Amino acid sequence: MTARIGVVTFPGSLDDRDTRRAIRVAGAEPVALWHKDKDLKQVDAVVLCGGFSYGDYLRAGAIARFSPVMDTVIDQARAGMPVLGICNGFQILTEAHLLPGGMLGNDHLHFICRDQKLRVENADTAWTADYTAGQEIHIPLKNMDGRYVADRRTLDELEAEGRVAFRYLDVNPNGSLNDIAGITNAEGNVVGLMPHPEHAVESLIGTGRTDGLPFFTSILKKLVTA
Amino acid sequence: MSRTPSRLPPPPDNEALRAAPSRLDTVEHAAATPDVELPWAELGLKKDEYERVVEILGRRPTGAELAMYSVMWSEHCSYKSSKVHLRQFGEKAPESDALLVGIGENAGVVDVGQGYAVTFKVESHNHPSYVEPYQGAATGVGGIVRDIIAMGARPVAVVDPLRFGAADHPDTKRVLPGVVAGIGGYGNCLGLPNIGGEVVFDSCYQGNPLVNAGAIGVMRHEDIHLAKASGAGNKVILYGARTGGDGIGGASILASETFDDAKPSKRPAVQVGDPFQEKLLIECTLEAFAEKLVVGIQDLGAAGLSCATSELASNGSGGMRVTLDDVPLRDSTLSPEEILMSESQERMCAVVEPEKVDRFLEICDKWDVIATVIGEVTDGDRLEIYWHGGKIVDVDPRTVAHDGPVYERPYARPSWQDELQADDANKLPRPETSAELKDQVLKLVGSPNQASKQWITQQYDHFVQGNTVLAQPEDSGMIRIDEASGLGVAIATDGNGRYAKLDPYAGAQLALAEAYRNVATTGAKPLAVSDCLNFGSPEDPAVMWQFAEAVRGLADGCQQLGTPVTGGNVSLYNQTGEAAIHPTPVVAVLGVIDDVARRTPVAFREEGQLVYLLGDTREEFGGSAWSQVVHDHLGGLPPQVDLERERLLGEILISASRDGMIDAAHDLSDGGLVQAVVESALLGGKGVRLVVPDGLDAFTFLFSESAGRAIVAVPRSEEVRFTDMCGARGLPATRIGVVDGDTVEVQGEFALTLTELREAHEGTIPALLA
Repeated sequence: MTARIGVVTFPGSLDDRDTRRAIRVAGAEPVALWHKDKDLKQVDAVVLCGGFSYGDYLRAGAIARFSPVMDTVIDQARAGMPVLGICNGFQILTEAHLLPGGMLGNDHLHFICRDQKLRVENADTAWTADYTAGQEIHIPLKNMDGRYVADRRTLDELEAEGRVAFRYLDVNPNGSLNDIAGITNAEGNVVGLMPHPEHAVESLIGTGRTDGLPFFTSILKKLVTA
Repeated sequence: MSRTPSRLPPPPDNEALRAAPSRLDTVEHAAATPDVELPWAELGLKKDEYERVVEILGRRPTGAELAMYSVMWSEHCSYKSSKVHLRQFGEKAPESDALLVGIGENAGVVDVGQGYAVTFKVESHNHPSYVEPYQGAATGVGGIVRDIIAMGARPVAVVDPLRFGAADHPDTKRVLPGVVAGIGGYGNCLGLPNIGGEVVFDSCYQGNPLVNAGAIGVMRHEDIHLAKASGAGNKVILYGARTGGDGIGGASILASETFDDAKPSKRPAVQVGDPFQEKLLIECTLEAFAEKLVVGIQDLGAAGLSCATSELASNGSGGMRVTLDDVPLRDSTLSPEEILMSESQERMCAVVEPEKVDRFLEICDKWDVIATVIGEVTDGDRLEIYWHGGKIVDVDPRTVAHDGPVYERPYARPSWQDELQADDANKLPRPETSAELKDQVLKLVGSPNQASKQWITQQYDHFVQGNTVLAQPEDSGMIRIDEASGLGVAIATDGNGRYAKLDPYAGAQLALAEAYRNVATTGAKPLAVSDCLNFGSPEDPAVMWQFAEAVRGLADGCQQLGTPVTGGNVSLYNQTGEAAIHPTPVVAVLGVIDDVARRTPVAFREEGQLVYLLGDTREEFGGSAWSQVVHDHLGGLPPQVDLERERLLGEILISASRDGMIDAAHDLSDGGLVQAVVESALLGGKGVRLVVPDGLDAFTFLFSESAGRAIVAVPRSEEVRFTDMCGARGLPATRIGVVDGDTVEVQGEFALTLTELREAHEGTIPALLA
């Protein structure tokens, strides 16, 4: 048996097809979910993918957070369902208060697309178990609003509880506090990050690395053995 | 919609119109008031053109008709100055099994095998991008992408050939960042990987930056759609953004001078883009295509509804009736002329059978796209447009869309051409010592044109869609189109204005040859061509000569290489006062590769591999990067063109890629061999030791820009097989070095560390622009 992993398409989602492909490459079954639909089609986990949901003209993720599908995603995430937010998905998760903090415009004010080096800080979440803590990986990064910010107390809490899941190495590409690239909730079922693991699953495509594949194999193993 | 009487336009100034019983300039009214003067000159029509309109109609045009003719007969829409020359692309088109749809549709379509068809096109958005860099460039991307969707294809990639003024000119710092942000801001939001293009600086583009945008789309053969309205009773559906007052230009003149002095007439002439709306338009259009709901389709770009209705109607079998009151408006005070001319972005027009209209509207609703039936296809052969119950347009749509004026503009070889060619770059002082040679290499690779453009390209998403095999700075962008078989397409765009200035015929062929070569170096087989021809004013005989020569050169070149021109775009009047830009034909070549796993990248990846130079190197410095960087010189003749050699080189590169004989390949063009070697070394992080081959001096070896050449990295185990193949087919292949160490060394001359080279090559653009 395999796991069914949903990928939500909001208007303006861009990486929905890519994410479904990554899930398939990992051996799980991707399920397309629609923003107007509260029904999650009995998926075992959900990925909120990258893009500019609803154009992101107000604030990245601010509108998407109120879409019908998110009502269910928020309830299910609180009940323990694994949810991964990539880029715009991460922004939506912070807007939905499933993860703390928020994202501001990159400090250099430009869109940036690069192959980014990261360190895996937490390999105990639902989405990172196939990594080892301290592992250094390369994952493509591409965003306009990627500067992670949170108040000092939240940052201290994240650091103290080991909830910084990924940190930028070599270059901090957007001015994120504490070089934070991704975080997890306390339970480890909700993870968000700015870089795009779905763009690093095939050796021939993009940067030619497959460092992103463990996200999808991690969740598959967790769901299948659970 | 309806209007309250209080919002009707106030009476116009014109005596005759004021005396007329109706305020609406209907067809009937126009026939009854033949002496009314219309502002045809302000709308850009010449006197004889206006008289031709009157002759066609047998009466004076209504204001709305005048709006349509003036915009459709503009240079931009009618190609009136260029048409007589562009015909050669059809007349000289080589036999090609690959061509499915040729010139004349929204974009050409090429068969790439396995049932797939690919559509691609390059267009210009030069003038708007100078006025408002961000929106000008953004809407340029939007327009070309809609052309691709209109063919039935899913857009899969964009490329952007750009030209700016001198890199250190203050205005370049205004224009370039805005253009780059606009291309990124729009393209990134559409989810289209940006995989190629160029950035060139030259003071000739100071007041006339060139912002060309290309796009590629993929579909199955059976999904090809055309811009035609056939089948009487079929509905015409306008969908996408509401129509606003943006991008109207000339229509405001008509509206304000003839009909309504009271309202704000100066509206922005540059359109404003909404990439989110366009993304929805892409998805909902593709969904409608997938359900086979669409008979004909046209995007709304230049000339807006005037263009879409007249082209759809004239390409179909019947006529068309449109009720303009039904067009959803962003601004309810727009006049019918303005609605017809508005260039509001993100709109499309589809022709749909009546029984499928509901489903079409449902899909639009799913994507929150506004869709409205605005008319229907009729039995007749007239395009009739109604407003407030009155008929304001009654024309034969062909006369609007296709029978525009055609000019045989006078052209003459400029008087200065001989002098320019006599100013031989081969006679410029050359470096005399190894130290000088080394300095000039560093200067070259760090010059704005030769420097890394990473600061620019990293503002574009090149990963999205998950099919990008190669992207800039590779020789061509490559996209996988079938996951199972690995079938892919490659695209390269090139154009060297300096070469074309020295000899426009050869310059156009060199652009073609370079793009062709760039596709072949990555392992793809060149199939077809699109072009964007950027020139000065056609009213200047010297410019017209450049244009005529360039078109002739490109048409002859395409014939010889067997790559038909499938479509393209002409941008004229790129000139400030007397000073025209360099003639800049930008050529895009599309290629196909059976399995993208066989692609060949630029980077040297493995120490010990042998570096071979393919082709002949001659003393050719006319128009070269060296002559520009070291001597600020432009003169002499461009490199010789030998298209048979280009074809042979291409075949060898493709075979070598397919059979795994080479691990890296890089085309040699501006900057010569040293530029290519440095790029391959830096990208792979591997040094190279070079030996100057017998019969060449180090300077010529490093800086000559002879065409028809490439360098390749050959694994030692493949050396014999590779050189045997080159020998058997008559392609000169010279072993010039080995991948090794962390310097680029020319034995007996100099060595530069990769760190030094990287600083020079990658530091320039951020220092100028960041």
